[in-house]
Amino acid sequence: MSPARPRGSAPERSGGAVEHLVAAKEVIVTCGPGGVGKTTVAAALAAEAARRSPGRVLVLTVDPARRLADSFGMHGLGNEARRVPPEAFAATGSPARGELWAAMLDTAASWDALVRQHAPDEATARKILVNPLYRNITGRFARSHEYIAMERLHQLRAEGRYDLLVVDTPPSTDALDFLDAPERMAEFFSSTLLRWLVAPGRSRLVNMASRPFSQVADRILGMQFLEDIAEFFLLFQQMHAGFTKRAQAVSALLREPSTTFIVVTSLEPGPVAESMRLAGELARRHLSLGLLVANKTLPSGLDDPGAAALAEELAANASSLGEAVAGSSRRPAALSDPERVARVIGAVGHSFTNFRKVAQREHEMLEQLAGEHQVVATVPNIARDVVDLAALLEVGRHLFDPDQAGRQPPARGRRS
Amino acid sequence: MSGLLQRRLLFVSGKGGVGKTTVAAALGLLAASRGKRALVCETDPRGGLSNAYDCGPTAFQPLEVSPRLFAMSMDTEASLREYLKLNLRVPMVGRIGPLARAFDFVATAAPGVREVLTVGKLCWEVREGHFDIVVVDASASGHIIGQLAAPIGINELVRVGAIRNQTDWMLEILDDPAQTGVCLVATPEETPVNEAVELVGRLKEETGVHLAAVIANRVLPELFSGGDQATFDALCSTGGIRRLSEAIGRGEHPILTEVLEAARLAVQVRRSGAEHLARLREGVPADVPLIHLPYLFGRSNGPRAIRQVADFLGEELGE
Repeated sequence: MSPARPRGSAPERSGGAVEHLVAAKEVIVTCGPGGVGKTTVAAALAAEAARRSPGRVLVLTVDPARRLADSFGMHGLGNEARRVPPEAFAATGSPARGELWAAMLDTAASWDALVRQHAPDEATARKILVNPLYRNITGRFARSHEYIAMERLHQLRAEGRYDLLVVDTPPSTDALDFLDAPERMAEFFSSTLLRWLVAPGRSRLVNMASRPFSQVADRILGMQFLEDIAEFFLLFQQMHAGFTKRAQAVSALLREPSTTFIVVTSLEPGPVAESMRLAGELARRHLSLGLLVANKTLPSGLDDPGAAALAEELAANASSLGEAVAGSSRRPAALSDPERVARVIGAVGHSFTNFRKVAQREHEMLEQLAGEHQVVATVPNIARDVVDLAALLEVGRHLFDPDQAGRQPPARGRRS
Repeated sequence: MSGLLQRRLLFVSGKGGVGKTTVAAALGLLAASRGKRALVCETDPRGGLSNAYDCGPTAFQPLEVSPRLFAMSMDTEASLREYLKLNLRVPMVGRIGPLARAFDFVATAAPGVREVLTVGKLCWEVREGHFDIVVVDASASGHIIGQLAAPIGINELVRVGAIRNQTDWMLEILDDPAQTGVCLVATPEETPVNEAVELVGRLKEETGVHLAAVIANRVLPELFSGGDQATFDALCSTGGIRRLSEAIGRGEHPILTEVLEAARLAVQVRRSGAEHLARLREGVPADVPLIHLPYLFGRSNGPRAIRQVADFLGEELGE
């Protein structure tokens, strides 16, 4: 891939890039800082991929916007994948050539399934599932959600029912958590400390009462609680081998050449810094960064110096312009009051100037991103909530084919 | 406005990306500018507080960034060390390495231990009166409940021990609406509003902590009021554009369309935002204040922006 420049040439290239990714890859993982629209981008990518070419696409999301799921007629979406009805595509005027499937990650149910699968026998599985600590630990264990997302990805991949899997990562403080989750999980269950704590059983805990750890632990947590933990881990320990093996397989899947990552960001300074860090970490781990998506950008027309000059003129000469427009005819009525027309013209000018400031900052951010990363796609703010398939496909078209999508502004800097 | 800054402990939460850090930093700055000794604590050590105050990296040890205003970041291990030193007089303070690793493990395994160490430190600062107000740039909506409910959970799970004893006084501070409150931040968009409304319910059901205020952040100004919208629409019609072009006096004006389009986008974004704001108002109990903060067209981060937000908050809060 050749290096991309900011918006001037990025759109064509990003368009090709997305098409290439969808054709060449089997697993696409979207990640990025919170609040930038990861879920929307993942769903839009999957929907548009299914619309364009035959094949079965699954999007696995963590927390889809309810209105979006509802609009597919997929109320109450859960762990089981369901197909988005073809009629939903037909209703948007562009029938899908492929199939779009969606599933939502149900962390609790996935953990239960994992326990049942790895427990040596039904009795052990039952004991674990009813242990009061179990739900707490799976619900709150740092990276528990991240781990289970990757675990589900592995399962789905192994099932082999889909041509393309698009996985949305959970919102977390650190977007990188999911990368380390499998290894951390394996580490956790093979920890020498865990073995030391639980084997050869509870008596050991009492024996170590003279040790400083136990002393302090007892004073802080109470021995009873520690014994509860030990008992729980004793049960969990029996699944250790299965878990470790599985975690390694999940880890390997992320490194396969058919897996790629898409980093999604907004063009605000915080998220941009965070996504650049994320992209760097991907590279450091030899994971493939397929695309960097700048989501919900302002129209590049705001950057146009000619338009800016005109906007300033509108604001400065609003009253004379208002009179000229209103004076030329009595109709329509909406344009007959010079003061009102002047007020509107002034507001239009001011608003442009305001948003131009934001757009210029965005432009700077985009240059930073494009300077360091090869492929950057921009998805403009489509000015309405992405809560139905039509809006999703509109976002998808911007990703695949920026030049032909309705609202994509002309390339930046064409007049400069 | 019901004494938001009269409280001693404020948790600022909301969906990722809605401006929690900005609001927390501005609340701290506002409190300090009103003569209070304020501590702002970020729970994520890589959070944006150092950028907000332009003060270099934050640490567990509070740093005075301007008169009466202190910034720190949470570190559960340091919190544990401090706790051991203060409460248990454990002799090996400073040489805690292996012990800390052991606790890291127990804290990972034992539900709520990490959260209690976080919330415990904050409550302790309040109880000891080191600061007049402690503002917490808390974790995103998903985790805040876990944090605030941790003392309750520990109380249920741990039957004896020092932590059990500690949770009693922590709960007294947390559950007292005069002392402690949550500030929920949302932007006028679909999921941030959904999460905020959901959190309002979960706070009530799963914790004893009261909702102090809801802050609608990045609210766009209304561009056209009343009949002006119709005038704008008429201006955007072919005839309107022609007349405005003639008035400007330079013949055809392709870029005029661009300028009008930008205004139309602003109107559309604001309109969808207004619907979400209405949902937010509906989802928040009527006695909880809903504070609007305007969208900042200038820089949206850094000390200047924080000062601006603090000024807006000051006006809204009155007092």
